[in-house]
Amino acid sequence: MQTDLQPTLTATPARTASPTGPSRSRGWWLNGTLVVVLLMVMVWSVGIGAVSIPIPDVLAILLKQIGWEIGTVEAQHETVLTVIRLPRILLGVLVGGVLGISGAAIQGLFRNPLADPSLIGISSGASVMAVLMIVLQLKVFQQLSSLSGLYALSLAAFAGAVATTLLVYSLARRDGRTVVSTMLLVGIAINVLCEALRGLVMYLADDAQLRAISFWSLGSLGGASWEILQVATPFLLIPILLMPRLSKPMNAFALGESQAGHLGVDVSKLKRNVVILATMGVGVAVAVAGVIGFIGLVIPHVIRLIAGANHRTVLPGSALFGAIVLTLSDLVTRTVVAPAELPLGIITGMIGAPTFLFMLLRGAGNRG
Amino acid sequence: MLEAQHITHQIGRKTLLDDVSLAVRPGELVAVVGANGAGKSTLLKTFSRELTPTQGQVVLDNKPINRFSALELARQRAVLAQQNPLAFEFTVYELVMMGRYPHFEGHPRPEDMAIVDFALVRTGITHLTGRAVPTLSGGEQQRVHLAKVLAQLMTLDEIQQPHALIQQPKYLLLDEPTTGLDLYYQHSLLDVASELTRRNYGVVAILHDLNLVMQYADNVLLLKEGRALAFGKPISVLTTEAIFSAFHLSVQIIHQPELDYPLIVHHRQTVPASSAPHL
Repeated sequence: MQTDLQPTLTATPARTASPTGPSRSRGWWLNGTLVVVLLMVMVWSVGIGAVSIPIPDVLAILLKQIGWEIGTVEAQHETVLTVIRLPRILLGVLVGGVLGISGAAIQGLFRNPLADPSLIGISSGASVMAVLMIVLQLKVFQQLSSLSGLYALSLAAFAGAVATTLLVYSLARRDGRTVVSTMLLVGIAINVLCEALRGLVMYLADDAQLRAISFWSLGSLGGASWEILQVATPFLLIPILLMPRLSKPMNAFALGESQAGHLGVDVSKLKRNVVILATMGVGVAVAVAGVIGFIGLVIPHVIRLIAGANHRTVLPGSALFGAIVLTLSDLVTRTVVAPAELPLGIITGMIGAPTFLFMLLRGAGNRG
Repeated sequence: MLEAQHITHQIGRKTLLDDVSLAVRPGELVAVVGANGAGKSTLLKTFSRELTPTQGQVVLDNKPINRFSALELARQRAVLAQQNPLAFEFTVYELVMMGRYPHFEGHPRPEDMAIVDFALVRTGITHLTGRAVPTLSGGEQQRVHLAKVLAQLMTLDEIQQPHALIQQPKYLLLDEPTTGLDLYYQHSLLDVASELTRRNYGVVAILHDLNLVMQYADNVLLLKEGRALAFGKPISVLTTEAIFSAFHLSVQIIHQPELDYPLIVHHRQTVPASSAPHL
């Protein structure tokens, strides 16, 4: 082992790894596969439901939308697909993607593979405001299904997410620096407070409101429509597109704040950017689809197990895999008890919790 | 020149450093020695800008270091820390590549990969390239981090022209770099450091082994309770009296005709019980 040490700095380096590095090729392979799988899952699941549409018809309808008609399509199929299924699938892809990538980014920020966006109060802040909206029944908010009601609910949830995140972030600042471990503890305290507030509001709610609250707090893509999609898409897409640009500084951040600083990373800027993007993404995701657990926690874990820790792979991989898992989970919720629907959180929790425990017990989590 | 000027650092009422100055010129290895709590790490953190001192400033080539951007500084000086926590299971290759982060945008260039390969060879860890860093032993991890700082500072020209002096001075800060290394790698690490000084790098190293200081350092700063006790050539600074004053330890300094540096050996019998620190 000791003979491979060169006597001087003159040695011409031998090629020791593939030109792109060992894990980068694995990353490309994984993310390429995930893109293909996501497209297949989208086309497949868009055809399944109360009205079943065969895949060739799905493709024909989709092509017709972009002005390329091949054969005839049933008008009923076309309506179901374009008005109901398509916006729902697209919303699921965006929400799953943003939850996955935000989870990966927050784990990178806390340098802990067991962290989660809900840890710093993003989700609980959003849900308190939403529950408050449901119970107080403000004027604009007549019923959940009305468009203005959904807008108001979304806006309130987003505002709640921003407010709690800002509160946690500012409480964790000491001498102009954000202490990540303090942020975690403040987040826990804020979460407890939010939970208490939510309990208080629910105590005041009537039966119908309670039902709305419980359905919403377990998550659902049932509210999807083109209008909702139009409002939410920019906020969901911006974090998905911008976060992968932070992968280099986030890798360095794994060495600790001071070492990341020695490597030229503007540490406070990185922390600020991650928090802003994650709040935007998760806040809006909670606003349009309710609280969907475990995606942000488990998805990045799985990607790391397959392709290693490099954020260049983990961030886009978590977005893609999150989108796949949420699309499939939504497929289950709207088919198992059709024509009724299960809340999404039940499915993601049932898949997520055992996966999480499995990973904990096999020791993947204790190096954080 | 990297120069700490009249550094005083206080936390509350405790003075960690009291008016300490230290200059590192390109081409020299300066060791910092002293007992635990003498202020060595605080001084090194001031050098690396991790810590802003209560008074005094650090100047790099006539410009205070707080006027450099983090990126500018990262291209001119690297820090080998004492503790290297790593949150995720990065591979050795990925971690050494992090040393190149200040030099490229987006994807690593062929140049960056060549330098990483060189650093892996130079530190003797090519056989570990694909391994996850947390699965390595402490000493192996230390060598991975040495490869990272080499990759951070070196350029392709330096690899191709091993005897040329570097144009822009660069600095390496080592915080107890030999911790966890076996005897062979302690020396090979300091060999790497001395080679860098021959290329005109400046090196500051906190060291505990005074014999390593004798052998490798051009100058040594002896700290005691936050104050500079002595500074100069190791042979003139590390005297029996100075070592006793700084460490409460009686030593003998043995000159061997076949070595060009003396040996420092602990001399057990003569420790006066009254002056030994109470544990």
